[in-house]
Amino acid sequence: MESKIQNPPAKIPVAHFALLAALLVAGGIAFFSSHIDPYHLDVLTNIGINVILAVSLNLVNGHTGQFSLGHAGFMSVGAYLSAAVTLHFAPKILGGDDGTVFQTGALFLTALLAGGLAAALAGLLVGLPSLRLKGDYLAIVTLGFGQIIVVVFQNIEALGGALGLNGIPNYTSVFWVLAFAAVTVFTVGCLVRSTYGRGFLAVRDDEVSAAAIGLDTTRYKIVAFVIGAFFAGIAGGLYAHFRLTITPGGFDFSKSIEIVVMVILGGMGNTLGVILAAVLLTLLPEVLRPVAEYRMIIYSFLLIVLMLVRPQGLFNFKSGKGKI
Amino acid sequence: MLTVTNLSVSYGAINAVDGVSFAVPAGAIVTLIGGNGAGKTTTLRALSGLLRARGGSVTFDSADITRLPPHEIVACGLGHVPEGRMIFANLTVDENLAMGAYLQRDRQRIAESRDYVFGIFPRLAERLRQSAGTLSGGEQQMLAIGRALMGRPKFLMLDEPSLGLAPRLVGTIFDQIQEINRSHGLTILLVEQNARLALEVSSHAHVLETGRIVISGPSTELRTDPRLKTAYLG
Repeated sequence: MESKIQNPPAKIPVAHFALLAALLVAGGIAFFSSHIDPYHLDVLTNIGINVILAVSLNLVNGHTGQFSLGHAGFMSVGAYLSAAVTLHFAPKILGGDDGTVFQTGALFLTALLAGGLAAALAGLLVGLPSLRLKGDYLAIVTLGFGQIIVVVFQNIEALGGALGLNGIPNYTSVFWVLAFAAVTVFTVGCLVRSTYGRGFLAVRDDEVSAAAIGLDTTRYKIVAFVIGAFFAGIAGGLYAHFRLTITPGGFDFSKSIEIVVMVILGGMGNTLGVILAAVLLTLLPEVLRPVAEYRMIIYSFLLIVLMLVRPQGLFNFKSGKGKI
Repeated sequence: MLTVTNLSVSYGAINAVDGVSFAVPAGAIVTLIGGNGAGKTTTLRALSGLLRARGGSVTFDSADITRLPPHEIVACGLGHVPEGRMIFANLTVDENLAMGAYLQRDRQRIAESRDYVFGIFPRLAERLRQSAGTLSGGEQQMLAIGRALMGRPKFLMLDEPSLGLAPRLVGTIFDQIQEINRSHGLTILLVEQNARLALEVSSHAHVLETGRIVISGPSTELRTDPRLKTAYLG
């Protein structure tokens, strides 16, 4: 009997290789970016940010089977905090001038991580009470959180109130975005393939069974939620230093829904599918630009058609529900 | 080994289990029988911490486990095979078993557990890479039991292992349950609607009716008990 039994081959080295390749590509694109049309660079940056958002939400909604509707809320926490950090510290550290690449890089990285951690903390605070519940309650609570955080930012004068923050330094480059997208995909990918991470899939497939074999299911849900929120915060920071202006309204319910759509369209729990869906849904409105006013109608119509034709997710080629 | 004293569990205002007391001695197979809604599943779920007891106490190996969360109860050596199999449909057979050994840290011991499970259910070894949702009902039940065994329990609770299985498979599963008990000395608490079968494999039985134990005794005696005959044995 023992001859048949072997552990599945470790997939981590392949993932490491993929991460390295992705980082090299990001570096390469950044190096040649002066030769690339700025419009294309903008689209690429948007794609990268959306990939981070979709893949991190996929950890919660896809792999762990919870339903969060507040991803844009965590994104806004990261965006505001990282912008506040750079706006506050950039003049002090760099003085009047622009500073070296190294200085701005270090400052930006610190700001992004601070934004990510703040979003993770927000995730913990929202998740602790709500993830003890089963079923659809999380959707309601995160929906509420997404609405509340917009109102909170609208009323904090120090953060610009309803007008938001302006004059955020232009730190986000294609390199940063693609590098963080690669790190997000890598982290989530390694996590769900690890021994620890199979627990996320177990919680999704059957919460009662998962508890019956000794998993602390609440803890798993919170870990997934906090990690998801962290990367949403990073995406928010990248977004803020890319748009240079952020307003509370930019992180409303429709932004959360946009990310949820990417996850559903890609096939819940299917990382590659979700990445492709994020790319497609970012490109689609751009491609539809020539038809101007009909753009959003066509976009919405395409979404309905896609969901009718491929309810299991556009890029989910396996039978049944989602697979890692 | 397991002592349940005056256990009560309620869903809101409704008492599903109302003052149930029984004991399971080490090495025995004890069964809880009763019709739908008698409180059998609720009792098991309260024992494994999936439901919170409203009153009473559960003692396992002379430790009070009444208020422990499920993962700590599993760590004490109490395994639970939930009703309706509830395997992780999207994971492979192999991954399901690996999840069963979730609290085990010793790789050597996990490998032993796998050999042990494959020894009891050779069918699982043939289907290692298959997605668990594509297994037949009987194979899923084997996997559910195998997964619980991977956690190396001292005490195993089985909730309706015959549910929805073909009669021939029911026999196989019950043979294997007896085998687990005989050869490995695992204590078993069996919940079953199929009273005839349950009384055949168990040494003691308790009959639950609307949340209370109404009849208790050695299974051989209950098999001929006139009260059971009319109500459960047909």
